[in-house]
Amino acid sequence: MAEEKNGSTMIVFDGDLDKAMASFIIATGSAAMGKPVTMFFTFWGLNVLRKENVKSKSEKTFMERMFEKMMPRGPGKLKLSKMNFGGMGPKMMKKMMKNHNVSSLQEMIEMAQDLDVKLVACTMSMDVMGLKEDELIDGLEYAGVASYLSEAEDANINLFI
Amino acid sequence: MDSNKVLNAEGLACPMPVVKAKKEMDNLKSGEVLEIRATDKGAASDIPAWTKSSGHELLEQDEENDILTFWIKKS
Repeated sequence: MAEEKNGSTMIVFDGDLDKAMASFIIATGSAAMGKPVTMFFTFWGLNVLRKENVKSKSEKTFMERMFEKMMPRGPGKLKLSKMNFGGMGPKMMKKMMKNHNVSSLQEMIEMAQDLDVKLVACTMSMDVMGLKEDELIDGLEYAGVASYLSEAEDANINLFI
Repeated sequence: MDSNKVLNAEGLACPMPVVKAKKEMDNLKSGEVLEIRATDKGAASDIPAWTKSSGHELLEQDEENDILTFWIKKS
């Protein structure tokens, strides 16, 4: 595979609904084109992978609990990078998406997993954001920068979103 | 044109037509033809791009009453 370099990788850094959607559209499209795809979730991007309404049962420090509470829990709670309007923006966009038959972010995440897109959570940023494995969705891999870079070397599309 | 399988992707938005096309194509044998019908405007260039990138052959492409139809031969 190293000689072919036909993979795609995405670093999902931001935890905004619009950016997460763009990432998953590119990831599922790329997987549909037969490419091996890796999505590497780091910093705010980790919030995309959180289970909805799940409180971590892991032991946490006060600061970690604060982060857990303040950050959006999962794809249904994400904000828009523009025109958020205190939560009205995402509501309107979801309505428009439905009207135009665009899959929801939750559906796109399931679709990506179904297409064998590798979803990787950055363990260092999990520590920094106070997130634990038990509050993230199932089927993730846990890794660091070297794993990402090695995947990126085998890919000809590498995006930072 | 004859096809072994018809995929109705009408009404579906990007990226669903190519995602569905990939899944249907996985079930076909080499040389068989998949017919795809889509209404997403982007599909007019997306399906040919997908075909090229995944190594299949686009036999024919047609548009009638806003419905795009493609016949693709599996490599």
